[in-house]
Amino acid sequence: MIVANQNPDAKPLVKKPGYVSAGRLEQVLKEGHFAITAELAPPDSALAEDVYERARVFDGYVDGMNATDGSGANCHMSSVAMCALLTSVGYSPVMQISCRDKNRIAIQGDVLGAAAMGVSNVLCLSGDGVQVGDHPEAKPVFDLDSMSLLETIRTMRDESKFLSGRAITTAPEIFLGAAENPSAPPVDYRPFRLAKKIAAGADFIQTQYIFDVPQLAQFMARVRDLGVLDKCFILAGVGPLASARTATWIRDNVPGINIPDEIISRLAGSENQKKEGQKICIELIQQIREIEGISGVHVMAYRQEEAVADIIKASGVLAGRQPWYPGCESAASA
Amino acid sequence: MYIIRQWSVTHSRKLEAVYYFFEPLFIWLFPLWRLIGRERVEKPMRLLEKAAKNLIFDCQMCGQCVLSSTGMSCPMNCPKSIRNGPCGGVRLNGYCEVKPEMRCVWVEAWRGSQKMKRSEAIQQVQLPVNFSYRGSSSWLRVAEKEYTRQKSEDAA
Repeated sequence: MIVANQNPDAKPLVKKPGYVSAGRLEQVLKEGHFAITAELAPPDSALAEDVYERARVFDGYVDGMNATDGSGANCHMSSVAMCALLTSVGYSPVMQISCRDKNRIAIQGDVLGAAAMGVSNVLCLSGDGVQVGDHPEAKPVFDLDSMSLLETIRTMRDESKFLSGRAITTAPEIFLGAAENPSAPPVDYRPFRLAKKIAAGADFIQTQYIFDVPQLAQFMARVRDLGVLDKCFILAGVGPLASARTATWIRDNVPGINIPDEIISRLAGSENQKKEGQKICIELIQQIREIEGISGVHVMAYRQEEAVADIIKASGVLAGRQPWYPGCESAASA
Repeated sequence: MYIIRQWSVTHSRKLEAVYYFFEPLFIWLFPLWRLIGRERVEKPMRLLEKAAKNLIFDCQMCGQCVLSSTGMSCPMNCPKSIRNGPCGGVRLNGYCEVKPEMRCVWVEAWRGSQKMKRSEAIQQVQLPVNFSYRGSSSWLRVAEKEYTRQKSEDAA
């Protein structure tokens, strides 16, 4: 196998006192920067270069890339394997774990293995149902759910033991993430559910796509009232819509995503819908940044990954900061 | 049955009262269950529990009932068996993403919990289900656990 991007010079990451991980995402957030993460689409191939090629488009613009775990219940390269490839060249990815395909024995083993390879961030998800994917005949596992998965990894990290109580000799140093969707019913319960996730161990949250900023602001106000924001960083999910037709399709077919009519009519009324979608995304990022308690954005630009760098640049949220990428040290000294 | 299941959520407060009336009685009776034999009581108890809870909650007999923390809506009816709150895929009309004809069990759980006296119980983080308890009586397990706990507390 050719690993073209191998980068043995990347400085090893070191955990600072008071931190739970050695990862860059925790560092950026705790230093008070506005953090950027992006969704990395896994390849349907067995070629390492396919992963590196997809990662490179984000170089210099993101603090972490999410390696998805069979997202949408479709089969792709595994998140563990993608993270093995990414960490070997120095990236600090967010490994997603879905409870749909693996039981507690497999998941805990993966967490240890991932941490051994240098994975510092894990996003705990329940996962989509098998019915929505390309293998609807598969057996859904769901031995754990996102909440008990958080609790499990937190126990592995903080108490050095498996769910069974058996000891772990070197605990995995993981910055723990979870998802939330402020738009999905029961909307009144969502802030409480977020608090519950924080109680179960979430250090950061990445939300589902946000298109309705006032709804997010209202959600955040209620979360603030619950007094849990000092224990957790919230990254709002954003992404460019390719066209009014795509937006309508997503709204009708992807449960839990709320796209207001104004956004769809604005897309429909524009000459270049794709450009307009990116412009809307930039504006959303700028509006979301103003909400108290938001620490960053998570960009999910499905099939528009190459536009992410320009969207981040145009939004101005990095404020002159350049996130790490393989080779950035030598580029800076040159 | 689905209609009865929804009725149970609507009347969660009454069912909660019934549950907390019988629970101490059950715990108090534990020495009797033990005298007859834990294994011997298990079978009739399991059948009784299954018949009652299957009818009113569509109970799946996970063996570690959390209905009093989930607004009397059984989380094992969630296609993802989520025991800790709704997933992110709940349809905007409150129906399940996997079974579009069924209301999300967690939308129902939230509705039920808000009527209950111990409405904050929904905030407890539920640990992973113990698969080896599947099909056994949860009532007997609760009685045994609580009886043992109370005894050890008395001793201390």
